[in-house]
Amino acid sequence: MKVWRLLMVGIVIAGLLAACTAPPAGTSGSTGKAMPKAADGTLLRKIQDRGKIVVGVKYDVPMFGLLNPTSNKVEGFDVDVAKEIAAAIFGNPDAIEYKEAVSKNRIPFLQDGTVDLVISTMTVNAEREGQIDFSNVYYLAGQSLLVPKASAIASINDLAGKKVGTAKGSTSEQNIRKMAPKADVQLFDGYAEAVAAMDAGRLDAVTTDDNILIGFQAKEPNKWKLVGGQFTKEPYGIGIAKGHPETVEMVNKVLADLKKSGKWKELYKKNIPTTPPEPPIDNWRQIVGQ
Amino acid sequence: MNAESWNLLLRIGLITTAGLSIAAGLISLVLGTVIGIFRVSPVGPLRVLASGYVEFFRNIPLLICLAFIFYGLPKAGITFPIFEAGVIGLSVYTAAFVAEVVRAGLQSIGHGQIEAGRALGLSYIQMLRLVLLPQVFGMVIPPLGTVFIALVKNTSVASAIVVPELMYQAEVIAGRYFYPNVFLIAGFMYLIITLPLALLVNVMEKRSQIGHRR
Repeated sequence: MKVWRLLMVGIVIAGLLAACTAPPAGTSGSTGKAMPKAADGTLLRKIQDRGKIVVGVKYDVPMFGLLNPTSNKVEGFDVDVAKEIAAAIFGNPDAIEYKEAVSKNRIPFLQDGTVDLVISTMTVNAEREGQIDFSNVYYLAGQSLLVPKASAIASINDLAGKKVGTAKGSTSEQNIRKMAPKADVQLFDGYAEAVAAMDAGRLDAVTTDDNILIGFQAKEPNKWKLVGGQFTKEPYGIGIAKGHPETVEMVNKVLADLKKSGKWKELYKKNIPTTPPEPPIDNWRQIVGQ
Repeated sequence: MNAESWNLLLRIGLITTAGLSIAAGLISLVLGTVIGIFRVSPVGPLRVLASGYVEFFRNIPLLICLAFIFYGLPKAGITFPIFEAGVIGLSVYTAAFVAEVVRAGLQSIGHGQIEAGRALGLSYIQMLRLVLLPQVFGMVIPPLGTVFIALVKNTSVASAIVVPELMYQAEVIAGRYFYPNVFLIAGFMYLIITLPLALLVNVMEKRSQIGHRR
């Protein structure tokens, strides 16, 4: 059911995009210096010769990749990372063509060359690594708990006998059943319904990925708090088609600079309404303990 | 796929759906009969009250009724447990339809009988109990049957307020095991409840007709 809704939203957005042609990439920010041309025949050289980079981002995920209906521009953390990469290649953060990449089409988009990079809240895992290459980790999401401000629940170990809400058919449901088997898990059609039930005093906690919970918390900061840290690890990486080591290297260098210079925290602060943590370490296997 | 936990979930669902139907059926029968009587009562304020009730609950979606009890009432300090919230929502909603059936039954009885009852010195309550209601319940079995079959199917709406009935379990299974055919199975399980109910209504209808012919 949820997939259909997403598809419909996708179709509507695609239609809207087709109806109004995208504005040309601005040249306002072209103050930096372009990097030297890469070797002939590489993906990076192709990007350089084209004069812009094609990036797949989400259009419907708040804080990461969201199409602003008034400005008709995509905004978010993923988009800002894309701009940093464009600035590094061309000296111009706006030399980007955005394409909507939903979870279903983003890997095919890379494989058939529709996009050069995918920056769309994509969790790195071994299965996906068989299909595409990934940059180092640029963001670390994870499942967490949203509870009322006065709640005594401080971690996933405090959930025995507690009523915990999440969405039907989510990985969050499977995780919470595994990690807090004594919790009374109640399943709603969506996360908004679960938060409403908690607001009515019917739930002790709502659980899913922290970047979704942060959105609810930011809307009503006097009511809710996030507790328990991240008890699952969802390391996000930038996807690149297989066989382009020079592009992976270039992206990793941009990410390393972001993390080192403090710019990473700046982008976090700009998009996500919580205190920025330290940037994640590079290696996803180290993060998830594989 | 774990067939065992599937089975268990569907069985819990079937029992919960049956429980919801029976509890809400009994409560709405009693409540609806009282409201139906009020609608044709000689006391004006009772008529107004009953009409207001029927028109309100008959003309709002059941989902809104359930959501109000589940999400809204707790804000006023009234929190019913999940199953009870489902029973109450379904009962007050279905009672409006029962009341209309009972009212129609009462109004179809000839005025002569009421006059005859008055002539015999029966009070209004006695008249209802001894003369009107026994006839009404014979007559209204078919429309009441329709109301209760609709009630059984309406219990599926309670899945939205996490009552663990059949529809809820089917959605959980579909999401967890990526098995959408479970809705087909759930559909057949509703028939397990509704078909015997329909048969029962038919049998009762025949019996009451025989009674009339005598």
